[in-house]
Amino acid sequence: MEWPFFLIFAVGMIASSVMVISLRNMVHSALSLLLSFFFVAALYVMLGAEFLAAIQILIYAGAIMMLYVFVIMLVNVREQMGVRQWNRQRAFAFIIGGLLAAEFLVILLTGFFDLLPPARVVAEGAKATAEIGNTEAFGSVLYTQFLFPFEVVSLLLLAAMIGAIVLAKREIK
Amino acid sequence: MVPIPYYLALGGIIFLIGAVGVLTRRNIMIILMSIELMLNAVNLTLIAFSRAHGNLTGQVFAIFVIAVAAAEAAVGLALIISINRRRATLNVDEINLLKW
Repeated sequence: MEWPFFLIFAVGMIASSVMVISLRNMVHSALSLLLSFFFVAALYVMLGAEFLAAIQILIYAGAIMMLYVFVIMLVNVREQMGVRQWNRQRAFAFIIGGLLAAEFLVILLTGFFDLLPPARVVAEGAKATAEIGNTEAFGSVLYTQFLFPFEVVSLLLLAAMIGAIVLAKREIK
Repeated sequence: MVPIPYYLALGGIIFLIGAVGVLTRRNIMIILMSIELMLNAVNLTLIAFSRAHGNLTGQVFAIFVIAVAAAEAAVGLALIISINRRRATLNVDEINLLKW
């Protein structure tokens, strides 16, 4: 029963990602990116990470995409559509992409995934999480074991906020 | 249940598409969007591994990645606004002031 959904989300995800990097108009690219965020959120639900699916929709599809669309509004979209879209180093880039793809294929085909824990462990872990719910289990890990990284991330966000204000502000004459 | 390697392969494909987008496009907005795609692919991989090990650490890391992505988007887009104001261009190969 999961397979049809996985295939729909995976194919939609790949198609919208290809659209992001190949479309000429950046508004269309941004909308394709939004679509791919929703597909990722659906895949998170299938992987049992409901809280992260909600965060994905709220932060990525809500906040980050709003920022992108807002900046697209400030720049000249029509002028960008008329210019050459691809770098001169494009052939080189595709070679690098091919090498990366070959590396992934080697990893996929040489039995690296036999190292994953057996399905029994997976089922036990999923059951332990399901008993108290994903959000609650997630919160208890985040606020105990990872409390210090959590605080560091809050500091990082503060620094990014100040940096963004300083960079985007008009110069004071 | 769909086996975990399929999710990992999907993450790899999306990462690949994002990497090719970063290397081939001229428009700096599209390059930033490709970086978001790559971050999403990494998140998908982290959550798939978290599922495979029955352990929530991967999900915690995914939320840190989301926070860093938000910071990156804010600073990156502020830089784009600043560049666009000074140079009136969005093409990365025209932003070459430091190149000799």
